[in-house]
Amino acid sequence: MARRIQHSPAAEPTTREITFGQAINEALAEEMRRDPRVFIIGEDVAEAGTPFKVLSGLVKEFGPARVIDSPISEAGIAGIGVGAAMTGMRPVVDIMFGDFLTLTMDQLVNQAAKIHYMSGGKLKVPLVLRTTLGATRRSAAQHSQSLHAWVSHIPGLKVAVPATPYDAKGLLKSAIRDDNPVVFFEDKMMYQLKGPVPQEEYTIPLGLADVKRIGKDISLVATSSMVQVALAAAESLAASGISAEVVDVRTTAPLDKQTLIESAKKTSRAIVVDEGYEGYGVTAEIASVIADGAFYYLDAPVKRMGALDVPVPFSPVLEDQTVPIPEKVAEMARTLCNK
Amino acid sequence: MAKPKTTRLRNASHAQVHDERWLQFYRQMLKIRLFEEEVNQLYLGAKMPGLAHLYIGEEAVAVGVCEALRRDDYITSTHRGHGHCIAKGASIDRMFAELLGKAAGYCRGKGGSMHIADQDTGNLGANAIVGGSAGIATGAAMSAKMRGTDQVAVCFFGDGALGQGLLYEAMNMASLWKLPVVYVCENNQYNEYTHYSETTAGEVTARAKAFAMHIDSIDGQDVKTVHATALKLIGRARRGEGPAFLHCQTYRFHGHHVGDIDRAYYRTKKEEEEWKTRRDPVKMLADWLQKNQLADSKLLSRIESEITKEIKDAADFALNAPYPPAEEVNQHVYA
Repeated sequence: MARRIQHSPAAEPTTREITFGQAINEALAEEMRRDPRVFIIGEDVAEAGTPFKVLSGLVKEFGPARVIDSPISEAGIAGIGVGAAMTGMRPVVDIMFGDFLTLTMDQLVNQAAKIHYMSGGKLKVPLVLRTTLGATRRSAAQHSQSLHAWVSHIPGLKVAVPATPYDAKGLLKSAIRDDNPVVFFEDKMMYQLKGPVPQEEYTIPLGLADVKRIGKDISLVATSSMVQVALAAAESLAASGISAEVVDVRTTAPLDKQTLIESAKKTSRAIVVDEGYEGYGVTAEIASVIADGAFYYLDAPVKRMGALDVPVPFSPVLEDQTVPIPEKVAEMARTLCNK
Repeated sequence: MAKPKTTRLRNASHAQVHDERWLQFYRQMLKIRLFEEEVNQLYLGAKMPGLAHLYIGEEAVAVGVCEALRRDDYITSTHRGHGHCIAKGASIDRMFAELLGKAAGYCRGKGGSMHIADQDTGNLGANAIVGGSAGIATGAAMSAKMRGTDQVAVCFFGDGALGQGLLYEAMNMASLWKLPVVYVCENNQYNEYTHYSETTAGEVTARAKAFAMHIDSIDGQDVKTVHATALKLIGRARRGEGPAFLHCQTYRFHGHHVGDIDRAYYRTKKEEEEWKTRRDPVKMLADWLQKNQLADSKLLSRIESEITKEIKDAADFALNAPYPPAEEVNQHVYA
């Protein structure tokens, strides 16, 4: 099936290893070369290349008219992005920390998400809003949250949560070409993660999950960096004789329900792992989709592992407890498998 | 279209086109007035779902500004947006249809009174979030500049939006980057049910002045003044001379919305009557037209009966139009 062939970059003869951050940078550069309507706006995106240095070099190639340093005005740049998108441009708005999404919410939720529908399908908002998620950077409660559930909740928005450099590049290119507003989450702890990415141009459609590891005893369904956590858990489970399948959701909206359900039907057990708050979170939605779609095939309740429902604490000993880790995922998998 | 005979013109030296334009202004303002009165009737007759926010009393602002715009220029509008929509060139039959939730409406009945958008006339949409379109208008202006067109965007908002931070973020960037946008503050005196003086510290125009923006503060009831000022500000913006802030003093003759009938607790009947009798923009233009012999009462009443019929036909069209099919509920969520 097409969705299982998606991640086979190693087969490409011209594949090289690049970081997640470089993959994002390449996707933006390629799309800006391809389409003069694409531009970047955000805080310290030009010379600084963002605090994460993900955009380094882009202003050199495309100039300050297309890589635009803005004031610290998240609502304003989101709004400007919406207006520019409605009138023939393809803006990529950079919101440095996902925590600052709160400042853009009216523009995203009441404007961008609804304009196509409210206009009876006449107006379009081809906007990409890139932002970050992920804790354990010792950044405390206002720079560490994973708020992708907020926007996944809103009809009219698409939401990408890539887990590898390969997916990040292919999904971002699709997001830029999409005629809908897309919120694109990058785990700031993954920017240095390396992975194979082909030299050749490719895109990955939004709305297609990807089976990152095939298994038969339990499905670990994960998003963003939690896919890496799930893969590590699967590795340790293999040592104890449990064959775990790892399903990368890749986009929470649209959600590829079919792939998730198929995997759970096959393995008869599932754990959903996500770095957003567990309460009312992405794990709840996905677990209910699986529980509903695979009910008669399940041998155990679908389990959820999200971030601990506390403001992310600063102290490392406290912060480290808030995020799912491979050991905990493996432990829960063993319990579910009675091993 | 009714035209004054040349012989009636006092100043035959005036270009006739110019004089006829004032009649066009009158038609547009009267059309807004009568449209809104019909909306009120539809509400009172329980024929319109939901609510509407009437623009009556503020007609000179929308018409004076929009007549200074090209069709391909952009506007963003407010919850009190019918006037802007008509002034920018929308058809009233499709507007009525939208207000009644019919498939023939501008948004197939999905937007309603507070969300009419018409991209064919550059109307990027009314907006039910107070101040919510400040970013959109500024982004449209940025887009026009980036695409190398000479389009201009006008952001209409009320005095209530002066309390919203987004407006100041957007104005700051517009001024920094010399974007072709004109912020038109329709100060109708009331933030819903509260006089703006109770919510707005300092001078309204001082806020735009802080961003080094060109500012004009004018009588929003006099369409000639509004138009002349709008021409100037839009011309500046089009020439790349940067954004402007146009503060129009106006008045909302009706309540905040059609159901806001008992208003004594926030403003006096006397105040309302004074504005209605002495500061009615439609009456003021009619008087001026007659005084300058650009129209007589016969012509004006003929125009009125023509528009009355147009309104009735449009409302009838909408009342008889079908609702959208039920299966449209989940169409247009995604493009």
